[in-house]
Formats: sequence, C-alpha cells, structure tokens
Amino acid sequence: MSETAIAPPAVPSARAGLLARPAAKAGLGIVVLFLFVCAAAPLIAPHDPYGQDLMSALAGPSWAHPLGTDQYGRDVLSRVLYGARYALFAVVVGDGLALLLGSALGLLAGYLGGALDAVIMRLVDILLAFPYLLLALILVAALGPSLLHSLIAIGIVYTPQYARLIRGQVLTVRQSDYVRATRALGASTPRILLRHVTPNSLSPVVVMATLQAGSVIIETAGLSFLGLGAQPPSPDWGALLADGQNYFLTAWWIATFPGLAIFAVVLGFNLFGDALRRAFDPRAQ
Amino acid sequence: MLLGVSIVVFVAMHLLPGDVATLLLGDRATVASLARLRHQLGLDQPVLVQYWRFLTSALDGDFGLSLRDNRPALGEVLAAFPTTVELTVSALALAVLVGVPLGVFAAFKEGSWLDTAITTPTLFGVSMPVFWLGLMALLLFSEVLGWLPTGGLLEVGAPVPVRTGFSIIDALLTGRASLFWQAIRHLILPACTLATIPLALITRITRGEVLASMHLDHVRTARAKGLPEGRVRRAHILRNALIPIVTVIGLQLGLLLSGAFLTETIFSLPGLGRLMVDAILARDYPIVQTGALFIAGLFVVVNFGVDISYALLDPRVRRR
Repeated sequence: MSETAIAPPAVPSARAGLLARPAAKAGLGIVVLFLFVCAAAPLIAPHDPYGQDLMSALAGPSWAHPLGTDQYGRDVLSRVLYGARYALFAVVVGDGLALLLGSALGLLAGYLGGALDAVIMRLVDILLAFPYLLLALILVAALGPSLLHSLIAIGIVYTPQYARLIRGQVLTVRQSDYVRATRALGASTPRILLRHVTPNSLSPVVVMATLQAGSVIIETAGLSFLGLGAQPPSPDWGALLADGQNYFLTAWWIATFPGLAIFAVVLGFNLFGDALRRAFDPRAQ
Repeated sequence: MLLGVSIVVFVAMHLLPGDVATLLLGDRATVASLARLRHQLGLDQPVLVQYWRFLTSALDGDFGLSLRDNRPALGEVLAAFPTTVELTVSALALAVLVGVPLGVFAAFKEGSWLDTAITTPTLFGVSMPVFWLGLMALLLFSEVLGWLPTGGLLEVGAPVPVRTGFSIIDALLTGRASLFWQAIRHLILPACTLATIPLALITRITRGEVLASMHLDHVRTARAKGLPEGRVRRAHILRNALIPIVTVIGLQLGLLLSGAFLTETIFSLPGLGRLMVDAILARDYPIVQTGALFIAGLFVVVNFGVDISYALLDPRVRRR
C-alpha cells in the first residue's frame, strides 16, 4: 500500500513577510555574519589564538592587536573570532541535543498517550521545577567540569521545553483528518510519526530552536565563566570573560569584547527568532 | 513534586558516571581505602537503600557534613540563604516596580517615539549576558566614576554583627544610618545587574498584555456605556492584563536564581550561588546536594504560591 504525505493547508503569505521588518533583517544579518566568522576564522584572524607573546602581554588596542592582548600576550581579536566556533558548537550540540531528546519524548508522549504520556510529562514537570542554571550545575557537578559535559547538561535542561511543545503539536496533528486517513489506510505508528506527524509539527520547533540558540549561548558561556564549562586555554567566550575578570580594572578590553560578541550574536538569534515566530504563528501577527 | 526533585538530585549525585570515593581520595588511593570510604558513605548499599537513607536523613534535617570544613551542610546553606534572598528580592522588586509601569505606559503610547524609546532597550536587555553586564557596571560605576563599591556586602571590618544574615537589616539593627547606607550602596550594582533581564521581559510582556486587553469587547462596551477613560483603564484593561503579568513575574524567580549564581560570583557576595559553585569546584557533594534540594524546593513552593495568586486575581479560576 502506498501513501503520500498529505500536508495541511499552507500558511498564507506570512512567510513571505518574514524579512519585512528591519529588525528581522538585522537579526538574519548578524546570524549570517556569525556563521561566516565561524567558517572563516582561520582566514580572517590576524594571529594564532593560542600564540603567546609575553613581551606584549596586557597591551591595549593597537594596529597590531586591534582588540588588545591578554595576560599571555595572546591576540584578543583572534581569540574572539575563534570563540565563535565554540558558540556555534554549543548551539549545535546543546540546542541539538535538547531538540532531539525533547522531540522524541514529546512525540512518544503525544502520540501514544496513556501511562507513557503520564510518566514522560511528570518527568518533564520535575525537570521544569529546577531553575535552569541550577539543574545545569547539578549535572555538571556530577559529570565533572568540561565543555562537552556543560553542553550535555544544557541539552538536558532545555529538553522539557521541546517535549512540551512537540507533545502539544502532536496532540493537535494526530486528530487531523489526514493522519486519521493514513491510520485507516493501515500505516504503522513509526511511519505515521516520522512521515506525517513530525513534518507537520516542525514549524514551532524551528522557531523555538532559533530563540533557544541565544539562551544556549548565554548559559554555556555562563558555565564557562564559572569555570565549569570550556577550560583554558580554549578561546570560548565565557572562558575569555572569566580570564578578563581578573584583569578588568587594568585591561578592560579582555572581558569587554568577548561579552560584546555574546551580546551581538544572542541579539541576532533573538531578532531572527522573533521574526520567525511572527511569520509562523498566526496569533503573533 | 518535591519527591521528584529529590530523586533527580539523588540520581545526579549518585548514579551518573564518576565514583565519589575516587573523587574524594584521588586516583592514587588504594583499593582498601576506597572500599572503606564507600562503606562509610553507604555507597556499597543497594541504590534504593541509599535513596531511602538519603530521604529519611533529609526529613530529619540531616544533610551530612561539608567535606571541606566538616560543618553541617544545611547550616552552611542556611547561612548563605539570606544574601541570595536579599539580592533576588531587591532585583525582582526593581524589575516589577520599574517594568510594569514602563510596559503600561508604552502600551498607552503605542506607536509613539516614547513607545519606541522604551521597547528598543528591552530588546537589548533580554539578550544581555548578566555576567558581562555586571563586569561592565563594575568598571564604569566603581572604577571610572567611583560612585559605588566593587563588591561584598559591607566594607571589610564594618562593625555589623550578623543577627539575621540580611546585611541591610543587620546594618539597620545597629541603629547607625551610615552603616545602613553602606549596605544599600553595596546592593545597588548587583541588584541592578540582576534585574536587567527580568525588567526587560516584564516590560515587554506588560506592554503586550495591556495592548491585547485594550482591544477586547468588554473594554469597548465599557467605553460605549460612557465610563471615564481612567476607570476603563484601571478596572477593565489593567485588571485583565494583570494575570499573565503575575505569571511572568512568578516565572522570573528561576531566571533570578540562575542570574544570582553569576552575579554573586562577580560581586563577591557570600550567597547560595557562590557557595554552590565553590562546592562544585571543590567537589563538596553534601553542600551541592543540600543547596540544590533547598533551591529547587523553594522554587516549587514559590510557583505554588503564584498558582494560588491567580485565584485572588481571576474569579474564573476561583470558581473552578
């Protein structure tokens, strides 16, 4: 028996207006620039981000070092540029893990229902009972401080939000005529979940993933700042800020520029995510 | 819910990779000494027995001893608690007292330059890493301008005996206005830093809710029957917009507690967040476990309080 994916009616013209607002264009521009920096860091960084030059330690911004140097004479601009890769890694692993885990849990809970739904949603409620950073701290405490462990912790912390969202979507989609028709045609549960329910529940997930990307960058940088994430000499933005904290009264540039980079990228994701939300969510228009 | 929270904390501390005995004694410890320590800590018991012992001890108020100084973990957590409360309550008060009026004002001036002047900075506010903002505030207001102190609760050696643990109240109890002012000055920068994101969020949500309420049918009816505009705004628009705003304010607690961990580190405040971070770095698990249970428990209780407050504000919830 063959069947084709039957899509619900398309959302009219809203998607066309995705970039109508200047804020959305600015957000997309920042995100694209961020991705470019991640890809081109070795080409555009003026110095080796790990290269030490103790003779020029703690030097202020100059032509040779536009954003100054740190306590080991490493070029701050090069470290900030390479740090973008760590932020992207955080988004891919942290946000990606949350998306995968949350989607799987939400799909199972929403589609299968019953006792499994009750168990999954109670687990989700319990995880939501923790303040974000506290839960991340508990998990990092158990796993030990490192970038990967902090990202696993962040992934678990954000999982409940995706699970709730997907479950809600699935509950709506599973009652749709096209899903009922597919079920009546004899399609198996995994096939219905993967070919029909998942694609038609994706729009709000994409919006949430974009909006969460900014939060994931901030939380990961926060853990690194506390010494629980990326460890020296990684040019992770949070770790750079932690480095700069010890010298910020005498060498303000070490902490200032990584912080500005975090702020700009998070702002970009928030602006673009907000535009996506407006485009995909009819109530937000 | 509290039981669920205790299970998560227990599982994280006991079942995830990493043997506590090895962590405490180091990689060079002998097998015999590791076994002895595991027995002492009860780690050689079945998991369910360990959890039961953990739960019953916690209910008796026994959370174990800090591995660093052998003092009761609960005592350490309770000693740090007032500082965190002082910081978070000040920040929340600031965010609500400034954010709600700003949001209402922006909504009533929708589309004007005043609306733009209020909403644009809020967009920046929600994207701001609080730990960076704190450092920049320290640099500007303490180092460059010299207006405010760089950190701590009071000047080193200030003659303020610790009675309640709340620096402002303790300073007040001395009866000396200069000490009270000193405690306030030390709290201004951390509280303003921590309040930034909640302030931005509360302003945005308030504006959105007030705007949504302004266009509801009952508001149009109220105007049509000739009620004065001030009464329409107070009794019909603001009251209706208040419920989601209270939800958002309640949800800020998690954000504030998360922010407090970072703010306390930047401003050298001896609160729960700093205690927890230091304990994690020193692998002081009794402190981590007690602090986590304490904060999560508090979070659950406050959220329950927020739920109850809906009934006071919304007659529909009361009737259900």
